[in-house]
Amino acid sequence: MNSNVVTVIDLMKHYGEVKAVDGITFSVKKGEIFGIVGPNGAGKTTTIECLAGMRKYDSGSVNVLDLNPVTDSKLLKERIGLQQQESEIPDRLKISEAMLLFSSFYHKVLDWTDLLKQLNLWEKRDAYFSSLSGGQKKRLFIAMALIGDPEVVFLDELTSGLDPQARRSIWELVKNLQEQGRTIVLSTHYMDEAEKLCDRIAIIDSGKLVALDSPSNLISMYGGFTRVSFSVKGKFPADFFARIPGVESTKDADDKCIIEVSKKSAIVEIVKALDGLNQGLDSFQIQAATLEDVFLNITGIEVRD
Amino acid sequence: MKNAIAAIAKSEFILFIREPSAFFFTLMFPLLMMLLFSSIWGNDPFPEMDFGYVDFSVSAFMGMVMATAFLMSLTANMAAYREKGILKRFRATPVSPSAILTGQLLAVFAITLAGVFLLLVAGFVFFNLRFYGNIFEYIFAFLLSAASIAALGFIPASLAPTARSGAVIANILYFPMLFLSGAALPRSMLPDFMQKVSLLFPLTHAIKLMQEVWLGGSLWEHPDHIAVLSGFILAGLFVSVKYFKWE
Ligand SMILES: Nc1ncnc2c1ncn2[C@@H]1O[C@H](COP(=O)(O)OP(=O)(O)OP(=O)(O)O)[C@@H](O)[C@H]1O
Ligand SMILES: [Mg+2]
Repeated sequence: MNSNVVTVIDLMKHYGEVKAVDGITFSVKKGEIFGIVGPNGAGKTTTIECLAGMRKYDSGSVNVLDLNPVTDSKLLKERIGLQQQESEIPDRLKISEAMLLFSSFYHKVLDWTDLLKQLNLWEKRDAYFSSLSGGQKKRLFIAMALIGDPEVVFLDELTSGLDPQARRSIWELVKNLQEQGRTIVLSTHYMDEAEKLCDRIAIIDSGKLVALDSPSNLISMYGGFTRVSFSVKGKFPADFFARIPGVESTKDADDKCIIEVSKKSAIVEIVKALDGLNQGLDSFQIQAATLEDVFLNITGIEVRD
Repeated sequence: MKNAIAAIAKSEFILFIREPSAFFFTLMFPLLMMLLFSSIWGNDPFPEMDFGYVDFSVSAFMGMVMATAFLMSLTANMAAYREKGILKRFRATPVSPSAILTGQLLAVFAITLAGVFLLLVAGFVFFNLRFYGNIFEYIFAFLLSAASIAALGFIPASLAPTARSGAVIANILYFPMLFLSGAALPRSMLPDFMQKVSLLFPLTHAIKLMQEVWLGGSLWEHPDHIAVLSGFILAGLFVSVKYFKWE
């Protein structure tokens, strides 16, 4: 018994000179929420398109639900759903008409009225596609990805362009999909989203897989140190704290001291030392490493929205 | 999949009705042209003949409807779908390109029938239109013609990468075809050379065949037209099946 629903071995795909995907290997377990993150042009979309039977790849092997996405494309598409990063349907098609149309393409379908309600689009069912806002269009395409009652759902940039509230409700929806036993492969630019949502995350850069693990493992491996920052009344040199065991670096920034620590005990020592100084504390912050730091440390690229 | 074809045809038909310019050019323009020329020439029998202008040209106006629907509408639609990524959205589902094309085709065929219906009603009501042929043979000639023009439309519809290029290709095929084939003006008014060139277009053969059968000729006296029209059907199917582009 193989519990992997997606297996990718040494996948390669190039467009002319550009190596969009350059030898990627990973697998996704049944029921997992698997995230793909990476900077613009890293090859996320290309990878997802190869898995979803949208593209022929140059070499390597891809297996989704025990099917080959290229040769068994039609069979596979009955059992998966894809929300593309960019997509359109005819401007003058109404939402309800679009859902009915796409329902007709699958043997087994979910009730499209339920989907529209879940995605908060029910009030828009009689609106033309062209009249929807960007976020509403995005939600419509997520609904369309689910019409065929998919076992594996591919979501390429699932919440880009959504407001915070809509993002949260999409996260909930994705969690629900997981509870229903579906497997989810998503790509995102939002590290908080990847951290909250994904069981495992693949970080890819320039077509190569650079890290793959659970968010917490990635953070403890690549996140770097916990950062303690505070400001005290009057000037005070940060290197005063350098002798404390577990302090890795100290820095004065504007009117702040920023200290990186590798041990929790160091934080306690810093607090004690501050208390002993009796200098009056203005602010005090502890910032644990996040996936954002992982991303920055691994790719050297600041996350942009 | 039958279900999918019907659903595509239905939504395409709805979309057509919501698109005023396609609606005008496919349904109204040929009708207005027919009304205009028929009121100029009337439908009294030509000297030494038993048929008049409208009897003679109604098939040409039908050809005009076909050319507008199958060439202009179909190409414009598919090219725009391709450019905007709508075809790519379809491609993420199990639906096949042949189902998409067939669905579109059925919608366009329904529109063609509507256009032809308007022409016939106008002809019979205002101009005392007379039919001299065998109705079954005429229906055959009509369907063969429609299929052939549709097949010609398949080629740019399957390939044109952008709405703009689709429109250019469709125009390059459409306007010469319209003027040379006898749809816009009788071919006998063209110089010899132009008449020869006009034989390159399936619409010329379609209109000739429909005219002959309408005026009482037999289908089987025109194997040349039938052969050319069938050839275009095969060529169009071949290109669209083999070279269909999703993006
Ligand atoms: N159809 C195409 N033709 C040519 N090059 C392409 C095509 N699609 C993508 N590329 C190139 O392949 C590389 C990977 O692109 P891809 O879209 O997979 O990246 P991505 O990780 O999804 O980026 P983004 O975060 O911007 O969505 C890029 O350099 C891109 O320019
Ligand atoms: Mg992308």
